[in-house]
Amino acid sequence: MEPKQELEQFVFDFHKETAEIVAESRDELKIKLGEFAGPLDLLLFLIRQEQANIFDIPISRITDEYLQYIRLMKSLDIAVAADFLVMAATLIEIKSKMLLPRDPMAPPEEEMEDPRKELVDRLLEYEKFKAAAQMLHEKTTIEQAVFQRGKIESDEANAEINATVFDIITVFQKILVRHRDEIKMEIAREEISLSDMIKTLKRRIFEEMEVDILKFFEEMQSKRELVTAFIAVLEIVRTESVKLTQKSTFGEIIIKAVTNGNSSH
Amino acid sequence: METAATEKKSARSMGELVAVVEALIFVADEPITSKLIAEVLEEDKDSIDAAVAELEKEYEARESGLQIREIAAGWQIATRTELHEDVRKFLKTRPSAKLSLASLETLAVIAYKQPVTVPEILEIRGVQSASAIKTLLEKRLIVTKGHKETVGRPMQYGTSKEFLIQFGLKDLTELPSIEDFEDLAS
Repeated sequence: MEPKQELEQFVFDFHKETAEIVAESRDELKIKLGEFAGPLDLLLFLIRQEQANIFDIPISRITDEYLQYIRLMKSLDIAVAADFLVMAATLIEIKSKMLLPRDPMAPPEEEMEDPRKELVDRLLEYEKFKAAAQMLHEKTTIEQAVFQRGKIESDEANAEINATVFDIITVFQKILVRHRDEIKMEIAREEISLSDMIKTLKRRIFEEMEVDILKFFEEMQSKRELVTAFIAVLEIVRTESVKLTQKSTFGEIIIKAVTNGNSSH
Repeated sequence: METAATEKKSARSMGELVAVVEALIFVADEPITSKLIAEVLEEDKDSIDAAVAELEKEYEARESGLQIREIAAGWQIATRTELHEDVRKFLKTRPSAKLSLASLETLAVIAYKQPVTVPEILEIRGVQSASAIKTLLEKRLIVTKGHKETVGRPMQYGTSKEFLIQFGLKDLTELPSIEDFEDLAS
C-alpha cells in the first residue's frame, strides 16, 4: 500500500525566518531575508511580534529592531534595501520627534498631532492590500483546481493575437541579451541609415509577405544596427499597411503585408 | 417567407437550444458571452440566458463532473473543483504559486485602485514595484490605461480580461470591497 499523499497546502508563509533565494524574474536572482514584500510588511511583522498595539507603536523599540534587521539585509540586496532605508529614516525621524518636549508656548487646547499618525495610517492602508493579495492568492489556488479543455484546432486557433509594443520590446531585449554574449571584434564599417533600413525591411516584407522580426533582428551585425532595425519596425508599423502578429504569448512576432488594396507603394 | 416577421420566436425547442448552447460553450476557447451565442444562433439573449440556466440545473441535478461557470462576463465549462486531485493525477500537474508575494500585492493594489500609476503603487506598498509590474504585464494580467494628466504624465495601469479569467471572476465587482479587509487588520 502506498501512503496517502498529504494534500498540499499553498498558504504563503509570509515570514520565513531563514534567508532564501527567490527568483523574481528570469534574468535576476534576488536574495531576500524572509518573505517581506517591503518595509511596511517588515514593520507590521515586528509590531505583531512585539504584540504591540498598532495605534500605540513603541517606536523606540520597533526602530531598534527594524535597524537590526536592515543591517542584516543591507549586505544582501541593495535594491530592496533602498526602500527599506527610507523607512528607517522615517522611523528615526518619528522617534526623535517624540523625544522633543512639547512646545510650552503652544496653546493648550491645540492637541499636538501624534508623529506616528501618518505611519499608522499607511500601515493600516497597506494591511488592507496585503489581505487583498492573500485573497487573490486564494482565488488562484481555487482556479488551479478547475480545468478547461485544451485548444481545439480551428482557423481561429491559428488566428493572430495582436502583438503590442510591449511584446516587441520583449523580443528586442532577448536579442540584446544574446548579442551581449557574443564577443565580436569591432571593425569600423559603414552604418546603415534608418531610411535604408526601412527600405530594406519594406522590400523584405513585400517580397516575402511575412517577416519574422526575431530573425530580422538577428541578422543585424551591431547593436547600433539592431537599434536602427527596431526603430524601422516601429516606423513601418506606424506608417505602412502592415500587421504585426503573434501566435502565442512570447511567440514569434511576424510582420505581414496587408494585401487588400490600398498600400501606398 | 414574410410570416416570420411578427413572431420571430426561436425555431428551436428549449431542449435543442440547451444542447447547442452547451456545444458552443464547450468549443469556445475563452468564456463566451450570452450576447455572442445569441448572435451566432440568431436567437434573443433572454432565451440564451434561460438555456444556460437550464444547463446549469441539469449539471447540478446529475452531479456532473463538469460545471458551468460565469467568468469575465461569459460562460465556461470546466471540471468541478472537488475533482482536482484525480484530474491532476491524470494530467500530472501540481498546483504551484504562480506569482510572487510582491507581484500579488502589486496586483491587489492595481485591481482596487485602477487606473493607478507607479508612484501611487509605491505610496501604498512602500517599495518599488517595477519588476512586479513587468511580470504582471508579461502575464497579461494588467494593461496600460493611458497617461495620467499630471506632472510627468505617468502611465496608468489596470487589470485585464485575462485577470478575470485567471482569478475566476465574473467581473471586477465580484471582488470583495477593500474596506472589508479592514476587519482582518490588527
